[in-house]
Amino acid sequence: MHPAAFAYSAPGTLDEALRSLHELGDDGRVLAGGQSLIPMMKLRLAEPGHLVDINGIAELAGVHAEDGYLRIGALARHADVAASPVVRAANPTVWTAAQWVADPLVRNRGTVCGSVAHCDPEGDWNSVMLAVGATVVARSAGGGERLIPHREFVVDYFTNALETGEMVTEIRVPSSTGPAGGTYLKLERKVGDYATVGVAVHLVLALDGRIGRAGIALTAVSPRNLAVPEAEQLLVGAEPGPELFAQAADVAARSCSPDSDVRGPADYKRAVVAAYTRRALDAALAQARAAA
Amino acid sequence: MQITVTVNGVQHAHDVEPRTLLVDHLRTGLGLTGTHIGCDTTSCGACTVLLDGRPVKSCTVFAVQADGRQVRTVEGLKGPDGLHPVQAAFKEHHGLQCGFCTSGMMLVGAALLAENPDPDEDEVRWALSGNLCRCTGYVNIVKAVRAAGATLRGEATTDPAAGDDVNAGESAVPGTPAATPVPVAGD
Repeated sequence: MHPAAFAYSAPGTLDEALRSLHELGDDGRVLAGGQSLIPMMKLRLAEPGHLVDINGIAELAGVHAEDGYLRIGALARHADVAASPVVRAANPTVWTAAQWVADPLVRNRGTVCGSVAHCDPEGDWNSVMLAVGATVVARSAGGGERLIPHREFVVDYFTNALETGEMVTEIRVPSSTGPAGGTYLKLERKVGDYATVGVAVHLVLALDGRIGRAGIALTAVSPRNLAVPEAEQLLVGAEPGPELFAQAADVAARSCSPDSDVRGPADYKRAVVAAYTRRALDAALAQARAAA
Repeated sequence: MQITVTVNGVQHAHDVEPRTLLVDHLRTGLGLTGTHIGCDTTSCGACTVLLDGRPVKSCTVFAVQADGRQVRTVEGLKGPDGLHPVQAAFKEHHGLQCGFCTSGMMLVGAALLAENPDPDEDEVRWALSGNLCRCTGYVNIVKAVRAAGATLRGEATTDPAAGDDVNAGESAVPGTPAATPVPVAGD
């Protein structure tokens, strides 16, 4: 299979890339890992006129913990994040999810920022970023950084909040303000498959041992990655425990709207959401208490 | 567009269309047909090559993205002294049947051993989990990669502990989140 013809450039600096994207307008598209874009181009679901390949822009690489954030650059591959002791120490939800994305070869190419920008409702990363309360950093020619709260970034199915000529340069995950824990649980039929169900959870404990912050988000059970604010509100300020977690899990299961498909019937997926939410909350609490 | 790619240590300059996939450039442009096209949808790993040492699916990389970079294909595994230990081990342990997935399996195995010279079975299965084999049930592939590791470490090439039990590969993968369902059938 071959994509439709396109023009290609590989700028060496971010400024040059942003200038190209500005000039190209709707014709331009950023190529980072390409692990979703290239398959879509081969199937002719995407036919960009010009690809701006950012792989040679060194300043976009890497993952750093600084200024109160875990900063994931636009060229940080899933494999980089999965192997990063910095990520593991900074945010267990992000680190766990990185192990589950795609397969090892795709992880060597695909990027976290690219996956977030792609907004595939069955992708794992947007649930993670919803749960941890991330911020997306966008840049455009002549402009500074535009900080987009992740909860406003995913607009819809395959639709993000970027303006024409803008690109994602970084995702910032805030450092936890207290003892924290979290995980990403994913049910998949085989390695590399989309999730049947995915659940991202992140908890931060307050000084008195109550829950200070809670993030819960679901993959593949809604037309887009779904945060569950009702469950989060139920948790915040409360004393953590099995009964509370069972209630939150029940709220999560009732908030989603899974379809019956080859990966399983809707009722089954809903039951998995409840079970995984409960298990993820238990795991997050145990981690947070160990860190306290 | 003019590109120069170092393939198996040799520089090749070519004029390619931006939409040319790396796998097509290798097979058609350079005549290196050891890299296979299987699913053509980023699933099977038959087209695996090493790009700057990391295994990638060459059906999902444009040839222009390899400009100025190092590519290693199965044709480049063999050294001056003959077969690469991974190749020798696949032969010795019958790590293939039809052979279609084999170049990808061997390149992933070689890349894994370059990073981790003594992987346990779970680590081998984890590393190979993006590569599909529809013949063997994976048991002898895993055995071959581990045996190649022993060779590279200068140990005996046959691991008596591995024995002849082709079903020896059954195990869960503790601590590894996305365990590949372990096939039950032997070869």
